[in-house]
Amino acid sequence: MNAMFRNAEELVTFAENEGISISEVMIRQEMEHHERSKEDIMAQMERNLAVMEKAVERGIKEQVKSVSGLTGGDGKKLFEYIQKNNTISGPFILEAVAKAMATNEVNAAMGTICATPTAGSAGVVPGTLFAVKDKLNPTREQMVRFLFTSGAFGFIVANNASISGAAGGCQAEVGSATGMAAAAIVEMAGGTPRQSSQAMAMALKGMLGLVCDPVAGLVEVPCVKRNAFGASNAMVAADMALAGIESRIPCDEVIDAMYRIGETMPFTLRETGEGGLAATPTGRKYQEKIFGSSKKKV
Amino acid sequence: MKYRSVFDIIGPVMIGPSSSHTAGAARIGLVARQLFRKEPKWVNFHLYGSFAKTYLGHGTDVALVGGVMGFDTSDTRITKALSIANDIGLTVSFHEEEAQVEHPNTVKIHLGDDESEMELVGISIGGGKVEIKELNGFQLRLSGNHPAILVVHNDRYGAIASVSAALAQYEINIGHMEVSRKEMGKEALMVIEVDQNIEKNILDEISALDLVTQVTKIHE
Repeated sequence: MNAMFRNAEELVTFAENEGISISEVMIRQEMEHHERSKEDIMAQMERNLAVMEKAVERGIKEQVKSVSGLTGGDGKKLFEYIQKNNTISGPFILEAVAKAMATNEVNAAMGTICATPTAGSAGVVPGTLFAVKDKLNPTREQMVRFLFTSGAFGFIVANNASISGAAGGCQAEVGSATGMAAAAIVEMAGGTPRQSSQAMAMALKGMLGLVCDPVAGLVEVPCVKRNAFGASNAMVAADMALAGIESRIPCDEVIDAMYRIGETMPFTLRETGEGGLAATPTGRKYQEKIFGSSKKKV
Repeated sequence: MKYRSVFDIIGPVMIGPSSSHTAGAARIGLVARQLFRKEPKWVNFHLYGSFAKTYLGHGTDVALVGGVMGFDTSDTRITKALSIANDIGLTVSFHEEEAQVEHPNTVKIHLGDDESEMELVGISIGGGKVEIKELNGFQLRLSGNHPAILVVHNDRYGAIASVSAALAQYEINIGHMEVSRKEMGKEALMVIEVDQNIEKNILDEISALDLVTQVTKIHE
């Protein structure tokens, strides 16, 4: 299999040489590798987009609650707060945050979501997409392309590093999602492929070292709020890249650094529910409350 | 390359909360159901590692039962799988195993009806991707990097040729293939990794071949 790109530099160079967008490179590679038509691929991504849209809507309107009772309703709470028009950090960035949390709360409540790149990090990409949508008024096709651009950078991280919390900590899940979203926002806002890559680099740098320490081992605490901060970082990184700011460390080297940090991260901080927030007195108390009687040891 | 498609990254569409503990579990259950090819009457799940420790909070239990009843990762009936199983008379049991296993998310599914039974060991490797490690005692080695099919067949001459001929007819290239059997002339198993996606009509055609008893697809 001859990949059109194996890393961010090759992806950007390919797009520049062909004079096409990053989403277009991803679409062409998918067509070539899987012998599928463009219509077919676009239609499948459109279905994923529709799932994300429904999850966002549900999370900001319904009082969702997870099976454990640990999470639910915060996305809705923030969305209602924004409507009062008196926010500190501005309605626009907070809308991305509210929609990211909404998606993860629907996920925790066993609702239907689209993994981007995982279920635990499923809020960042749709959260930012459905926030910038209100400002940039994209066509439906541009929204589908947002997902291909995100996917292109996620594809690079997955194949060169990791998108698994068990392997690389939260930086591999929410960190990757944050970089993916930042790159896609840049393309939708009219930035260049190279600016997308810069946004990815800066966003991921901001999340390096983030551990995976879920309370009771569940995809809830702190996952929902990590998605919130992932969404806000993605918006900021996109603006920085669009302003012309560049990462001193190239995107591929940031991804490589993330991988190496993940490899050296202690086992207790990689999705085992044994360290970090999970090991706090309150974290332990929740674990006992949820699994207590029926479990010997979690 | 471990991940081959953009839809490995943006996807799967699934019932939450965990791509490994929920979507992956449903997919392993579904593979078991497809291999058994009929409604089982009973099923025992043996959970190992992280699956044993956190299955309740992740809905791994309902996802496994849903998969065994033929529900895909995005089927909302998964959340009600236990009561649906009860309604249709499927007896379900869960066993938390202490044994150390190679992979943290491992499940052994033992299922059957009045006539036959089947045992399968599957692992969930992350992002909803799964691998099947064992089927009825046959060890399987699948890279997980390519679409693959499992074919249970009679250990007779011509069985392998008939399956590869069917694939060739649809211009599907075999990248890796293994054949194993426990006893000469009895049940045998082909594991075939291919380069292209295999559509349902091709599976049906292979399934209808004389010497083939079961066939199922493992990876997209």
